[in-house]
Amino acid sequence: MSRYSAFALLRNWLGGNTDWDPVWRSPEPASSYDVIIIGAGGHGLATAYHLAKHYRPGRIAVIDKGWLGGGNTGRNTTIVRSDYFYKESADFYDHSLRLYASLSQELNFNIMYSARGILNLAHSRHEVDFQRRIVNAMQLNGIDAELLGREEVLKFCPVLNGDPNARFPIYGAMRQKRGGTVRHDAVAWGYARAADALGVDILQNTEVTGFRRDISGGVQGVETGKGFIGATKVGIATAGHSSVVAQMAGFRLPVASYGLQAFVSEPVKPVLHTVIGSAVIGSYCSQSDKGGIVCGGGIDPYPSFAQRGSAATMEKVLAGIVQLVPTFSSLRLLRQWAGIVDYTADSSPIIDRSPVPGIYLNVGWGGGGFKAIPAGGEAFAHLIAKDEPHPLTTAFGLQRFRDGALIDEAAAAGIEH
Amino acid sequence: MMRIACPNCGLRDEREFAYGGEAHIDRPELDCDDQAWEEYLFLRANPKGEHAERWVHVHGCGVWFNLIRHTETHEVVAVYVMGVARP
Ligand SMILES: Cc1cc2nc3c(=O)[nH]c(=O)nc-3n(C[C@H](O)[C@H](O)[C@H](O)COP(=O)(O)OP(=O)(O)OC[C@H]3O[C@@H](n4cnc5c(N)ncnc54)[C@H](O)[C@@H]3O)c2cc1C
Ligand SMILES: [Zn+2]
Repeated sequence: MSRYSAFALLRNWLGGNTDWDPVWRSPEPASSYDVIIIGAGGHGLATAYHLAKHYRPGRIAVIDKGWLGGGNTGRNTTIVRSDYFYKESADFYDHSLRLYASLSQELNFNIMYSARGILNLAHSRHEVDFQRRIVNAMQLNGIDAELLGREEVLKFCPVLNGDPNARFPIYGAMRQKRGGTVRHDAVAWGYARAADALGVDILQNTEVTGFRRDISGGVQGVETGKGFIGATKVGIATAGHSSVVAQMAGFRLPVASYGLQAFVSEPVKPVLHTVIGSAVIGSYCSQSDKGGIVCGGGIDPYPSFAQRGSAATMEKVLAGIVQLVPTFSSLRLLRQWAGIVDYTADSSPIIDRSPVPGIYLNVGWGGGGFKAIPAGGEAFAHLIAKDEPHPLTTAFGLQRFRDGALIDEAAAAGIEH
Repeated sequence: MMRIACPNCGLRDEREFAYGGEAHIDRPELDCDDQAWEEYLFLRANPKGEHAERWVHVHGCGVWFNLIRHTETHEVVAVYVMGVARP
């Protein structure tokens, strides 16, 4: 892998840009690997990168039924933050946000982390009280957060609807300044390039259709559209399809899959320099570097594998955006799309061994796993290499559903993103 | 937009209904072991295919009923009243 630098840019420009190395190889599958990761999303690719860099377990492959980054990692609204409530989540997500801050250097790939801050709006006295509780919890967990009053909010973000008689008047907001956005494709591409350079085979268009097990029940490898590929350890990082893949291996997961939509408007001049969101309205948005207003909201209200999203939810989310910023009602939408996300009962992920020896799980991210990719990859690599949970994710095991030790983050996270 | 046939009111817009979870989940005895309780609370079928589920006509007559829906195409394959076995 040749390094990206100002010098490389100049050299290749002089050479007419005909001399760039391919960003990653497209190898033929080997007959077996030491570790196979199913799912070339952010989590699968970051895991392979960490495995290859820190544990060198032998040959590693990441396999995907589609194209690299074509899952939720390439479909999300790119928001990163660590404003979680419980200590377990706070420690984990803040570690991830800190890794994001230096990821461009780590990967030698510009992931465009923009710490533009995130503003969660409160529309009633009770919500202000609730946010005070969250901000207190965050500060006790050592994470920066602050409360803004109504006037401060409107001064900081003048496009917001300041009408005191609005359907959802602004009473204040909580802000995390280090929150913001990260270019989502770049995260997949950056990890893929770095993993490939460390010898990881990334096999696209290779769907896993089953598992092969030995007589003791342990995993021997996976059946794919391109034939059997052997492996002694297999990691599942297939997001919304985690239960489908688990079923192939003969176990069930405590997840349900839902469609989650996003929308982007035509580009306009810079008007919104932070992320804004409202848990009560159920919508959030930010402005992309190209100028489009990127909007998101809640999941569709029933389980689905249809990657298009319900029109009723689309109407609700966009009505909410127009409540927050009335001038956005004149914008035209360019695109709408959906991803399939897998939800657990407590909105926290599962990073753990599975009931099948040799199969490991990195699933259940729901609508919020993009911000978790750097730390998720690190923790999953640790789990696979050492066969024991990473200290930051011991609480995110399967056993919590049997013990009732849930980490119920739905309230603190408020909304998908 | 899905259209769902309420057993009382006939074919209506998806917006009038609310989803109520997987159908035919029996509550175990209260002195069951932790595994049975975990399965009851948290383990759901979640198929990519036909799924038996409960819905309520919340902005209509208010009745709860079961239906079978394909989770990939959203085709409603069957609607049947509460208490009846999966067809
Ligand atoms: C609309 C939307 C907005 C979101 N907004 C945010 C946000 O703002 N911030 C945030 O933190 N999170 C957000 N999320 C959630 C976030 O995108 C996901 O949690 C995260 O991308 C999950 O990453 P992953 O690597 O686990 O999965 P994915 O990126 O989905 O990768 C899984 C891969 O597995 C592959 N796969 C599935 N089945 C098989 C099989 N049988 N064989 C081989 N390969 C298979 C798929 O093709 C896919 O490429 C959003 C999600 C959506 C849909
Ligand atoms: Zn009815």
